[in-house]
Amino acid sequence: MLDLTKKKRRIALGCEGSANKLGIGVILHEGDSLSSSTSTVLSNIRHTFVSPPGTGFLPKDTARHHRSFFVRIALQALSAANISISDIDCICYTKGPGMGAPLTSVAIAARTLSLLWNKPLVGVNHCVGHIEMGRAITGASHPVVLYVSGGNTQVIAYAEQRYRIFGEALDIAVGNCLDRFARTLEISNDPAPGYNIEQLAKQGGRVLLDLPYAVKGMDCSFSGILTRADELAAHMKNGGKGPDGEPFTPADLCFSLQETIFAMLVEITERAMAHVGSSQVLIVGGVGCNERLQEMMGAMAAERGGSVYATDERFCIDNGIMIAHAGLLAYETGFQTPIEESTCTQRFRTDEVLVKWRK
Amino acid sequence: MTEPTTEFPPPKILTLSSTHKPILITQGAEGRLYKTPSPFQPNQFCALKYRPPKPYRHPILDARLTKARISSEAKVLDRCYREGVPVPAVLAKDAAAGWMMIEWIEGEPVRVGINTWLGERPEDDAALDTTQEDETPLIDLMKRMGVAVGALHRTGVVHGDLTTSNMMLRPWADDRLPNGHGDKTEKAKAVAGDVVVIDFGLAMQSQSDEDRAVDLYVLERAFASTHPRAERLFHHILDSYRESFKKAPGVLHKLEDVRMRGRKRSMLG
Ligand SMILES: Nc1ncnc2c1ncn2[C@@H]1O[C@H](COP(=O)(O)OP(=O)(O)O)[C@@H](O)[C@H]1O
Ligand SMILES: [Mg+2]
Repeated sequence: MLDLTKKKRRIALGCEGSANKLGIGVILHEGDSLSSSTSTVLSNIRHTFVSPPGTGFLPKDTARHHRSFFVRIALQALSAANISISDIDCICYTKGPGMGAPLTSVAIAARTLSLLWNKPLVGVNHCVGHIEMGRAITGASHPVVLYVSGGNTQVIAYAEQRYRIFGEALDIAVGNCLDRFARTLEISNDPAPGYNIEQLAKQGGRVLLDLPYAVKGMDCSFSGILTRADELAAHMKNGGKGPDGEPFTPADLCFSLQETIFAMLVEITERAMAHVGSSQVLIVGGVGCNERLQEMMGAMAAERGGSVYATDERFCIDNGIMIAHAGLLAYETGFQTPIEESTCTQRFRTDEVLVKWRK
Repeated sequence: MTEPTTEFPPPKILTLSSTHKPILITQGAEGRLYKTPSPFQPNQFCALKYRPPKPYRHPILDARLTKARISSEAKVLDRCYREGVPVPAVLAKDAAAGWMMIEWIEGEPVRVGINTWLGERPEDDAALDTTQEDETPLIDLMKRMGVAVGALHRTGVVHGDLTTSNMMLRPWADDRLPNGHGDKTEKAKAVAGDVVVIDFGLAMQSQSDEDRAVDLYVLERAFASTHPRAERLFHHILDSYRESFKKAPGVLHKLEDVRMRGRKRSMLG
């Protein structure tokens, strides 16, 4: 292995495809590799597999999408970064967690690049990717992290070389709840079901429909809420009335759903902040783009004398750059994934990763 | 627990007497806790737990949750107190205004005691194994925690938020404290005291093995993430829970399932 401590510029290519987004990005780290280094995004290209309204994305179709777009997206990422292959130090890919078939298709492509260009491989935990990218972009040094996406709902804080999970969803993930409710209402999946729920919710709010509120300690659950929201949607289609005796709309449903589940997320985050004694909160993952969630979290953090850190869709939504960044951080500590171990895994807990790059 | 960084106006109930200023002890997860002279007994203090309106929450949802939580917290505390579980007594409440007044518990949260005990030692497990340190005082505390949780469950209550911040260590009288001098005694004192369970904001009445197992699972995870260096001793809590509570075997069996589910749901991307 080359001595990275002597190398002032280090570049990684990252490949992500654990769900319906295929993302490839190139990151540059400059300066002393183990302490004060700066990160620059050289390119960050994404292509999303969008399924028709009322449907979700199936693993095999998603994997096919990633296979057919990989080369095109990789070439775009390289040319946008304006680097040559010899500049790249390592190839990073998402090892998990995620959907099996899409993960595998991207891992194979990453392995191919590694062999073709003779570059070391680095397998990355998707969740750690989100956290590290969020920290790099926002500058939040020691935040409590709320990680909310289609597959994950976790409240995380760093302690003693690991990202420890303080709370999580006990059944379905919050993004999954939103996505499935979008299907119930047959809202478009383009660009994302959650985005369209957010837009629709802005027109609602005349009434707050009663949904279960399910928080247990720092954990929460969403399936009961989804069931009730689905029932209310059926009730609405049959001309049913709301609590004020007036008919209600899909917008009112989206509004009530958001108000309820985001209040739960803010509550468990606040509990973790009180527990670890932190006043910074960082929101990562696709649901983290939601401006209402950011606003609610901001109000909570402000009251605690702190603030909320969030990123926009380029970094919140699954992307390749976060994999490149977290992979390069690990690579700089000497970590590599030998080709014969370059598998992927659908289950890969955030706290399994030894975070050697932090104190 | 975060030190309060901002000045908050106290709830109205605490502004009625002008002689004593209430002291804001913590801005906890969702409530503020004040130490204030008892209106019922001279020269005594009580704790006032106040759930202020949450600016981020829809007002209707906020009012509904606040009222329900104060009512249920007071109800559960009453029940535990009656049955002899070590909890603070409820002295007064106004659920719609979001406050209840409870007995003041002297001492520090268990979290503080355990962290003082653990000190600044490195996490290096090998180093731990070679130290011949006597861990009895810490293990005894963990046993008392297990007994307290057992007593709670026996009364038909599940806590919903068991952590080492939600248990207090009420100091023993001097004659029960470890005697002697030096660091060793000081450390033992940090983990001495009766375990008093607090913060029943998420508690509910339940006798089901499943709910009880989830309660233990919450504690197990909170313990592991708060005190990673003492994680290997966690089983002492479960052991004493088993010894002190007749229905424990069924609960601990369920706990295996709950853990399994926890690991299985370990996430899709
Ligand atoms: N009865 C009491 N006597 C003394 N201190 C208390 C009492 N109740 C709570 N505290 C202190 O206040 C903190 C927050 O109280 P708690 O009831 O846990 O509220 P929260 O729901 O905000 O966590 C506790 O961790 C403890 O340090
Ligand atoms: Mg508490």
